Amino acid sequence: MKRRAGILIITGLLIISGLLVLPGCGKDKVVLQIYNWGEFIDPGLLEKFEKETGIKVELDLYETNEHMLAKLEAGGTQYDVVFPSDYVIEEMIKKDMLYKIDFNNIPNFKYVSDRFKNLNYDPTNEYSVPYFWGTLGILYNTEMVDEEVDSWDILWNEKYAGKILMLDSMRDTIGVALKKLGYSLNTTDTEKLEQAKQLLIQQRPLVNGYYVDEIKDMMINGDAAIAVDWSGSAMDIYWEGIDYIKYVVPKEGSNLWFDCMVIPKTSQHKKEAEMFINFMLDPENAYQNSLYVGYASPVTEAFERIMQENPEVAEMDAYNPSEEVLDKCEVFIDLGDSRSLFSRIWTEIKVQ
Amino acid sequence: MVKFLKRFYLTLIFIFLYAPIAVLIVYSFNESKSRGYWGGFTFKWYAELFRDRDIIKALYYTFLVALLSSIISTVIGTFSAIGIHNMGLFGKKLALNINYLPVLNPDIVTGIALMTLFISVNMRLGFLTMLISHTVFNIPYVILSVMPKLKQMDKNMTEAALDLGATPSYALRKVIIPQIMPGVITGALIAFTLSIDDFVISFFTTGSGVTNLSILVYSMAKRGVKPSINALTTLMLLTVVILLLLINKRTTKGDELIP
Repeated sequence: MKRRAGILIITGLLIISGLLVLPGCGKDKVVLQIYNWGEFIDPGLLEKFEKETGIKVELDLYETNEHMLAKLEAGGTQYDVVFPSDYVIEEMIKKDMLYKIDFNNIPNFKYVSDRFKNLNYDPTNEYSVPYFWGTLGILYNTEMVDEEVDSWDILWNEKYAGKILMLDSMRDTIGVALKKLGYSLNTTDTEKLEQAKQLLIQQRPLVNGYYVDEIKDMMINGDAAIAVDWSGSAMDIYWEGIDYIKYVVPKEGSNLWFDCMVIPKTSQHKKEAEMFINFMLDPENAYQNSLYVGYASPVTEAFERIMQENPEVAEMDAYNPSEEVLDKCEVFIDLGDSRSLFSRIWTEIKVQ
Repeated sequence: MVKFLKRFYLTLIFIFLYAPIAVLIVYSFNESKSRGYWGGFTFKWYAELFRDRDIIKALYYTFLVALLSSIISTVIGTFSAIGIHNMGLFGKKLALNINYLPVLNPDIVTGIALMTLFISVNMRLGFLTMLISHTVFNIPYVILSVMPKLKQMDKNMTEAALDLGATPSYALRKVIIPQIMPGVITGALIAFTLSIDDFVISFFTTGSGVTNLSILVYSMAKRGVKPSINALTTLMLLTVVILLLLINKRTTKGDELIP
């Protein structure tokens, strides 16, 4: 008796799993496969898209650009839309991994602010559509820091020894040192990089540690006074209702970054992918998505609506940096062969 | 004094093991999204958990793959173990060493190798490839947990059964399997846990909308892990604790029955 029940359960499970595998090949209905960062899209929008168009959406998740690239380059996937960051797009274009987007199918592209078109990673704007953008800057606790924070210099101030957090991110951290020295973030000059390395090694005793996700919590707890972090984290802290932590983009300039939508050559449904991109650029949808994810949208209407509803946000460097600041910011470009040089410097800093 | 030190040491170990889990449970009731700051008591993450389509889907795939792969690998593993046990000395050694290879191999190598294999035979990455991969990495563990039980078993038992007129398959079902059952169950449990736990191999061998919990949690690294994950972990932990209590109660009852 018992054994029969066991057999029944197993057959039941096998049938269920069989049903799960089949739908992909059963009907002719288009299934759009989307590959995105975790928590980087409002699930409500996917349902809305399915309802509006009748196209089914399947979402897979990744955590770093590098993981995504590895999976895509290996093949065996059929992703239709992916969301890489700026310098990765450049690399993907070089490796011929992306389709040119037919912008006739994306009328909503007109809602995207001109500031975010034709950027150096995709100069003729043929392959990518911006999705979210932000900056790199300094988070500081106003109860622990009494001087004005407007420069990267404060990260080398011995007064805050042990209370400084740096980002565990190669290009961002080396970029901070390069910017402090007045150089470009994208320099591959060995001499300049050597100076940046020395600067970071010199800073090492003052630094509490190199973190990513934990920075927000440590700042809120008061475990640290100053941290390098992305603007999105500052917005998260703001939406939490915490007012003693401020964010500033230093006057020397910083990194301006973009996560974009692209169509990889693995796509089987290019047209539907373009419909999806167009859907995400609709001001109403972009607004809803930006509220959910917390980052700033490149769609002007959505961006401004959030500021109208939250006048404080309009004043914040983390959401709405001034033109003056933005002009000094640079977008990362693909390092090409110099990447190994960066890696070596990064290792040398971290082993100190 | 010695007794006190012993107790103290034990307590310290338990605190070290369970403090992180306790913190996680506490923060699953935290009103605020942040892990560093207490915003008041709430059940909202539990409510959100059941509304979250992605988490429920990931949970479903995680358990389905874990269940199926542990069942399949237990069946295959048990029979392989019996087969290996009855091999000659040289063959046995060779087979066991080959069996060790996947255990010692780093996950990333297994993951990428399996992915390459699936792609080279033109298989579409998805549920089936993930299930096959999990079954493959589970089998060696099942074999390893069944082998000792087979060694402990009295060799003459099977022969006696056969002498008394049992067919080989009857002897297998009525004599060998019951004897090695504890090993088989341990193997199945190890396989189940390993499958739920696995991130690296799953990441490289899945696709087409099939995401398991570990991939979901890792993918949140950029934006910060959602508190509903804490709620989910708390519920999973609670289930395990209740199951353990039930099993313990049943086994102690059974002990009492034996005079």
